[in-house]
Amino acid sequence: MKKNITSRHYKGDLFKILCGISTIIALIVLALLLWDVWNDGHSWINLGFITNFPSRFPERAGIKSAIWGTIWLMILVTLISFPLGIGAAIHLQEYARKTRLTNIIEINISNLAGVPSIVYGILGLALFVRTLQLDRSILSGALTMSLLILPIIIISSQEAIRAIPTSIREASYALGATKWQTIRNHVLPYALPGILTGNILAISRAIGETAPLIMIGALTFIAFTPISLNDPFTAMPIQIFNWISRPQEEFHFIAAAGIIVLLVFLLTMNAAAILIRNKYQKYQKW
Amino acid sequence: MGTTAKSFSHKYNWIKEIIIEKLFLLCALLSILTTFGIILILLTETIGFFQEVSLIKFLIGTRWSPLLVPKSFGILPLINGTLIITVGAAVVALPLGLASAIYLSEYSSPNVRKIIKPILEILAGIPTVVYGYFALMFITPIIQDLFPNANIFNAASASIVVGIMILPMVASLCEDAMRGVPQSLREGAYALGSTPLEVCTKVVVPASLSGVLASFILAISRAIGETMAVTIAAGMTPKITLNPLESVQTMTAYIVQVSLGDTPHGTIEYQSIFAVGMTLFTMTLLMNIGSQMLRQKYREVYQ
Repeated sequence: MKKNITSRHYKGDLFKILCGISTIIALIVLALLLWDVWNDGHSWINLGFITNFPSRFPERAGIKSAIWGTIWLMILVTLISFPLGIGAAIHLQEYARKTRLTNIIEINISNLAGVPSIVYGILGLALFVRTLQLDRSILSGALTMSLLILPIIIISSQEAIRAIPTSIREASYALGATKWQTIRNHVLPYALPGILTGNILAISRAIGETAPLIMIGALTFIAFTPISLNDPFTAMPIQIFNWISRPQEEFHFIAAAGIIVLLVFLLTMNAAAILIRNKYQKYQKW
Repeated sequence: MGTTAKSFSHKYNWIKEIIIEKLFLLCALLSILTTFGIILILLTETIGFFQEVSLIKFLIGTRWSPLLVPKSFGILPLINGTLIITVGAAVVALPLGLASAIYLSEYSSPNVRKIIKPILEILAGIPTVVYGYFALMFITPIIQDLFPNANIFNAASASIVVGIMILPMVASLCEDAMRGVPQSLREGAYALGSTPLEVCTKVVVPASLSGVLASFILAISRAIGETMAVTIAAGMTPKITLNPLESVQTMTAYIVQVSLGDTPHGTIEYQSIFAVGMTLFTMTLLMNIGSQMLRQKYREVYQ
């Protein structure tokens, strides 16, 4: 009997160790990935790499047009998707009654969040590039990316709004405020940190996406920075993909250098999101 | 006079409230419009495609060669490519993800969790093109060292990175499901003399099973739709094979391949990406709906 208990605990310890190792594997992989990219790419990063346009000569190739394309995309996607996403979240959390339509909208949004990004690319190609004749412009890219991240923005904004206690709203109504006044002056300000965190993460998803932009045809040689919405463009992930798919080995190192720049962008945004979350979580205790 | 102005402003406010409410409704309806847009566009071009290629040949044909004459559009090689990578990714991600979730939810201290969860979030936030690079430059050489006959583009390498990519999702969704299991169930099992392992495998995992399965399905559907890593690492060779060391082509990689070339609008190649896209969309949609139904079931039990 005693032996039985010992062996049960022995098995339990073994299992615990196995689970711990599984968890550590994820950390090791992340470390390996970052180390590999850094190792391959860091010696190629210099001022010229940031300020040069792409080139077929490795030593002259730079990421300038891709960085500008990504910045354009970030701004446009933010302008398009924030108001629409937050609006939809406000409708679902504050206005919508539990009707059939509301239910359909909610199920539909979580399904859209699971649609592969390349399908959004197909949508963008057929709708924005062909039907609306926006061509392979930065506007087509931004619209496609906005549709792609809208479900994520809606879901995270809904969560942030849901966390605001009903008593805040009731207090505002009791003082005679209308529904919109309550939302604008009380619900949104309190929910803003949560909304911002989710939205920044969604935007960082958008700037890392490659497939939809390839679909709408952004994979071309671009040696200028876009100055209007109708200009063709490139973006960092596409430029990286372009470099990876070239046969010469030097371009693979340049791709790694491009990845470092892209990851710095993404990590900065993630850090900003985490900072906002931590800063406001301290004060908000309902 | 004052009263008129006041009632005017009241009326103005009332109209404004209604307009704002409708504007928000429109924002929400946009999501329905997006779904309709996707389905409509996929259907229109797919119907055009099936006027030239028979549906039966598309579904059971074993040769996919859209660019070489004689053209042949049998989707099975692409499905084979997609599935071999999905299965490989599942083999990597599901056990590791489940074990990590068990560790985070049942064993680790809050401090350890505070460190590991953000790292998983970072892993989930790394762009897929970066995973593609990692597969081609880091994992493929290792595989070629171990198996000298492995192709430079191979399904194994792509499977491993896709597995790593979906691992954080499995871990975090499974952990959520396990934390949803009421503490009283665990305490009951301990009171009956169970060891932590038995509490875990006989109480927590079974109690959270629908949530765990839902996360598995969602992760597999993500793996099916994954594009850049498989395009970079698995190659562009549509073929029916079970050998993970060979180069294959997935549905997503085919769509990328066509859009990289300059395929004119209205040709059969152009339409074929919509037919493949439709197949991909249908597969992932069915899995997502299945996952949602499972999660719904799990919500009903503990709330």
